[in-house]
Amino acid sequence: MRVLLFLLTGLLTWSACSSPEEAQSANVAIRFSHNWENTPVSAADFNILKFTNDNGEMLSIERLRYLISNVILTNLDNETYELSPYQLVNLGDEEVSIESTQVPAGDYKLSFVFGFTDTENIDGGYPDLNTASFNVPAMLGGGYHFMQFDGKYTAQNLPPAGFNYHVISAVNTADPNNLIFQDTSFKVDLGVVSISATTEIEIKMNIAEWFKNPNTWDLNVLNTVLMPNFDAQILMHQNGKSVFSLGTVQE
Amino acid sequence: MKNNCLFLLAVFLLMQCSSKEATVYTPVPYTLEVPTQFTNKLIAPIIPANNPLTEEGVALGKKLFFDRKLSGNNTQSCATCHSPQKSFTNNLQFNEGIQGILGTRNSMPLFNLAWNFDERFAWDGKEVGLEKQALEPVRNPIEMHANWETVAEKLQASPEYPDLFLQAFGSSEIDSVLITRALAQFERILISGNSKFDRYLNGETTLTPQELAGFNVFMDEAKGDCFHCHGSDNNPLWTDNKFHNNGLDSNFSDLGLGAVTGDTNDNGKFKSPSLRNLKFTAPYMHDGRFATLDEVIQHYSEGLQPSATIDPLMKKVSQGGVGLSPQEKANLKAFLLSLSDSNFVNNPAFRE
Repeated sequence: MRVLLFLLTGLLTWSACSSPEEAQSANVAIRFSHNWENTPVSAADFNILKFTNDNGEMLSIERLRYLISNVILTNLDNETYELSPYQLVNLGDEEVSIESTQVPAGDYKLSFVFGFTDTENIDGGYPDLNTASFNVPAMLGGGYHFMQFDGKYTAQNLPPAGFNYHVISAVNTADPNNLIFQDTSFKVDLGVVSISATTEIEIKMNIAEWFKNPNTWDLNVLNTVLMPNFDAQILMHQNGKSVFSLGTVQE
Repeated sequence: MKNNCLFLLAVFLLMQCSSKEATVYTPVPYTLEVPTQFTNKLIAPIIPANNPLTEEGVALGKKLFFDRKLSGNNTQSCATCHSPQKSFTNNLQFNEGIQGILGTRNSMPLFNLAWNFDERFAWDGKEVGLEKQALEPVRNPIEMHANWETVAEKLQASPEYPDLFLQAFGSSEIDSVLITRALAQFERILISGNSKFDRYLNGETTLTPQELAGFNVFMDEAKGDCFHCHGSDNNPLWTDNKFHNNGLDSNFSDLGLGAVTGDTNDNGKFKSPSLRNLKFTAPYMHDGRFATLDEVIQHYSEGLQPSATIDPLMKKVSQGGVGLSPQEKANLKAFLLSLSDSNFVNNPAFRE
């Protein structure tokens, strides 16, 4: 009888310890979607002068890659769960996602950093990003692009011309002997999400926002060679803050 | 009694035959010598699980690469168009096949192929995977123009190949699958990573002021802006292995990637080649139209042709290009030549 009690106690103790943990484990997947003012955009829309920005230029998308980092869930007790240290998202690659099985169920604030903070923007430090040729020249501070957005635009019936909307950590090169750096990465807070056993979270990018809010972007003026253009980088930094939003959360 | 003896003899002979293939050979794993800067800067090379590198496989692949039996009339080998001394291309704009028919593309140099992570090979990306790529030139009617079954029969009939295949793959039954696996193994060990610029990055030498100035032209978005497609000091492949229309033509006689995908948006796009070993690989571009590096630089500086698919990274197209000064052109050329790897082209391990 004593043995039976011992076994019963042990069984209860084991189940008390393990079952809540098992119940809390969740599969979280983050997926990225892209739109132009709520019209979905995919690689199938590339190379067509079908988008019109706030300044009235027609434009096409031929390449759109961007980097986010510190993708984090923070619970009400300010405990954080890192879903990914960084992720290169390529609109041409529909399969990109972030997945984790390490997060307990519950309510969390979801956030990430667009680009790398200066501390993490280590020149040549990420082999997968080097392999993807996402580097920034050392003469501009090194590290990595935050976004490479290439396409063509046309205005006033002129032939289409290329644009390279490349976002990097800003550097003022006015005085080559005294480069001034400004960290233009920024944190994006997407609000509260409820994580259950299986949760898929959509992060949306409205591409049109890069050209409109708060700065109306004039592609006739700002089209190429924007990486060394400190003022353009500041404008991009400001416009980028309204680009991302939380999409559907499916449980 | 006589029948019993014959039966025992047959069993004995059968055991002799079968035991040879089953027990004799275990190929020795081949250790790839990866340059330090590749290890530090890049993700690991692609070695397919169904075709691991072995000493025997690589040696067999090398022998096959230089063997003219792979052509229809035994006059051409892979090395005919891909000579080690020329960084595994040759200096002809186009090559004649075994029947004297001229091709339409410049033969691509071969090196660092295991770091082509999309695994799309050839100028137009039509071959996916190195093993599959190796099938094509042998049966191409304007190249080696052979029949794979005939090639396999020729090798099978030779006194040495069956044993070499047995050592490499555990089977002496030669076919196109094993032949191309061996060729791919040899191609994957063709690593070029010891140029002057590599040694500079490793702290082993210095660059001249002109080479350094040329590197700055290469990396300056307002000047050469070469790095977006052709790698950098942080991507020692010196290519993105992607496909671009670099403004060679306004009208395309060769659709390139577009002919492969059927997507008109891909018309005129060709793979950006590595800038390593340019010293040995003239002429340049997919059709070998430029005989010299000066012509190449002139094209990007002043010769860009507009088209619907020209890459947006090509700047100032309406003006023909970014307009480098003569000094900037000379500097860029000096830098580009510093990416040439004489040790690679002189490596006896890669020679016949």
